[in-house]
Amino acid sequence: MTSVGASAPLADAVVTEGVRKVFHGGLVAVDHLDLAIHRGEVFGLLGPNGSGKTTTIRMLCGLLTPTAGRASVVGHDVALEPELIRAKIGYMSQRYGLYDDLTVYENLRFYATVYGLHGKARTERLEKHMEEIGLTALRSQLAGTLSGGWKQRLALACATAHEPEMLFLDEPTAGVDPAARRAFWTSIYELAAHGTTILVTTHYMDEAERCQRLAFLSRGHLIGLGTVKEILEHFKQPTIEDVFIELQKRDEGAAA
Amino acid sequence: MSLVTQFRESRFWPMLWKEFIQMRRDRLTFLMMTGLPAVQLVLFGYAIQTDVRHLKTVVLDESRTAESRALVNVMVNTGSFDLVGAVSDRAQLRDAIESGVASAALVIPPDYERNIKRGRTAEAQIIVDAADPQSSSSAIAGAQLAALARGATIISERSRTAPPIDMRVRPWYNPEQRSAVFIVPGVIGILLTITMILITSTAIVRERERGTLEQLIVTPISKPSLMLGKLVPFVLVGYVQMTVVMGLGKLIFRIPTVGSFALLYLLTIPFIVASLGVGLLISTVARNQVQAMQFSFFFMLPNILLSGYIFPRVAMPLPAQWLGLLLPLTYYLNILRGILLKGVGIAQLWRPTLALSVFATLILLISVRRFSKTIE
Repeated sequence: MTSVGASAPLADAVVTEGVRKVFHGGLVAVDHLDLAIHRGEVFGLLGPNGSGKTTTIRMLCGLLTPTAGRASVVGHDVALEPELIRAKIGYMSQRYGLYDDLTVYENLRFYATVYGLHGKARTERLEKHMEEIGLTALRSQLAGTLSGGWKQRLALACATAHEPEMLFLDEPTAGVDPAARRAFWTSIYELAAHGTTILVTTHYMDEAERCQRLAFLSRGHLIGLGTVKEILEHFKQPTIEDVFIELQKRDEGAAA
Repeated sequence: MSLVTQFRESRFWPMLWKEFIQMRRDRLTFLMMTGLPAVQLVLFGYAIQTDVRHLKTVVLDESRTAESRALVNVMVNTGSFDLVGAVSDRAQLRDAIESGVASAALVIPPDYERNIKRGRTAEAQIIVDAADPQSSSSAIAGAQLAALARGATIISERSRTAPPIDMRVRPWYNPEQRSAVFIVPGVIGILLTITMILITSTAIVRERERGTLEQLIVTPISKPSLMLGKLVPFVLVGYVQMTVVMGLGKLIFRIPTVGSFALLYLLTIPFIVASLGVGLLISTVARNQVQAMQFSFFFMLPNILLSGYIFPRVAMPLPAQWLGLLLPLTYYLNILRGILLKGVGIAQLWRPTLALSVFATLILLISVRRFSKTIE
C-alpha cells in the first residue's frame, strides 16, 4: 500500500484501507474495500445496482462517514480533514445538482464563487471555461430549459470550474444520447490530460472500456481490479460486458 | 485569519446572492410574499367583525304612544339595532325572523305607557334570533342596557332628582371598539408565521429534492453559512411584509401605531428565529414539498385558533389556553398589540419576550442539530 501521509505529494489520489459502511438497520453497503487510484488516472467503478458504487463515492466526497477503515483523498484523511478535501475535488451526481431557475452563467458563477473564485480572475476563468465547453451561446438561458446533454455539460462545467485535482462522477451519462456521451468523454480525457484524476461509475460497458483501470464491486465487495486487458485475461472473457454478466451470475449464485 | 477573510471563506455571500435571484424568479413565492399580505389584510381586516352591531330589527308597537317611541329611540341609539320596519301582529313578526328579514324584534304591549304612568313596572320584549350565540349576545346586552338607561331617566324625571349613579365607560386603546384594530396587528404575526415556516421549509426541501443540497455539502461552503444563507433572505422578506402590513393597516384601517417601531422591529427577532426554527425542523421531517406544506398547515391551524389572533384567549377553556402557551404567536401577539395599540415599552413586555427567546433558542438548537444530521 502507498503511504497515506498528508505531506507526500506523489501519494495516490485515492487510498482506502479496509473501508466499511454499515447503514442504520444493519445493511452492509461496502466492506473490506482496499483501493488505490493513481494521480491522473481515469478510473472506472463498475457493478450492478446496489453493489456499493454510490456509497463508495459518497464516502470519498465526505457525504457519508465510513463505519470502519481509513480513506484518504488527494492526500487528506476523509475523517480528519474533510474541509481540505472539499476545496480540491469536484463532484457530479446523477441528479446534476443544477439550479433550474438560474441561468447557465449564474449556475457557473455560483459554484465558482462557492469554491473561492472572485472578481476578475473568476470572470476570466468562467469565460474561458464556457468557451471550451461550448456554453457561451447559452449563457443567459435558464438551466431548467436546457436539453439533457447540455445539462450534463453544464454540470460538468460547474464541477470543474475551480480546476479540481480530483473529479468524482457518479453515473454522469445516465439518460443522455450517444452523441452527448461521446462529447462528454472527450471532455473527460481533456481533463485527465491536464492532470485531473477521475473516478467514474457507469452502467455503459463501452464507457467502462475507455477507463485506464477498472474496479468491479458486487454486494459491497471488490471482486476485480486492473486494466481492461488484465481483467479480460483474468476472467477469460471476450468483452467487459461478458465479465460483468459473468460476475453478476456468480454473485447471484453466491447469494442464493 | 482576519474577520474579513474568515467571512469570505465561509461562502455566505454567494449563497445569499443565489437565494435572492431564485426568489425573484419563483413566481409562486413572489406572489405569496407580496399578494398574501394584501389579501390577508383586506380579508381579515374587513371580514372579521367579532362585535355584532346593527342587528336588523322589526318593531311590534301595540302601545303607539310617546313612551313607546322613546324606548325604540333609546334602543336604536345603542347602535346594536337597525330598524328595518314595523309589523302589526305576532304572525308577521315570526315571519320576519324566520325569513331572515330581521334577526331581532321589539315587542311593546298596549299597556306599556299606562303602566309607566301609574308607577308600575312596564314590560317590553326583545326577541332575538340566537342561533349564533356570538351575534345575539351583543343584542341582548344592548337591549338590557337600553332598558336600564330608559328606566333611570324615567325615575329621575319622576322624582325630580339627578340619577344616583352615572357609570362612564372609557374604552382605552380602541375607543370605537373596531375589530380591525384588534385583528390587523395580528395579521403581521400570521403572515410572518406563514412566510417563515411554509416558504422556508419548502425552499429547503426543494433543494434536497433537486439534489442541489447534496451538491452544496460537497463544496467548501460551511454548514452555518449554508443555513444562514438559506434563512437570512426570508428574515428580510418578513420585515418587508411587516412594514407593508403596518403601512396599509394605518392607511386603510386607521390602525393606531403609538409605540416605538424600533422596539417592535427588535422584539420581532426572537419570533422570527423561533418560526425559522420550526420551518427548519419541518424541512428535516418532510420528505417532499407537499409534505412540508402539509406539516406547515398543520402547525398553522392551532396558531390561528389558539393564539388569540381572532378568538380571545380568556374565553377559551383552560386546556386550550395552556396549548396556546406553546405557540410563539401567542407571545408575539402580546408584543404586537402592546406596542402598536398601547404604546407600552419593554418594561411591560419582558415576559412574552423572555418566553419567545426561550422558545426560539430551544427550537433552533433542536432543528439545527437535526438539520446537520440529515446533511451528513
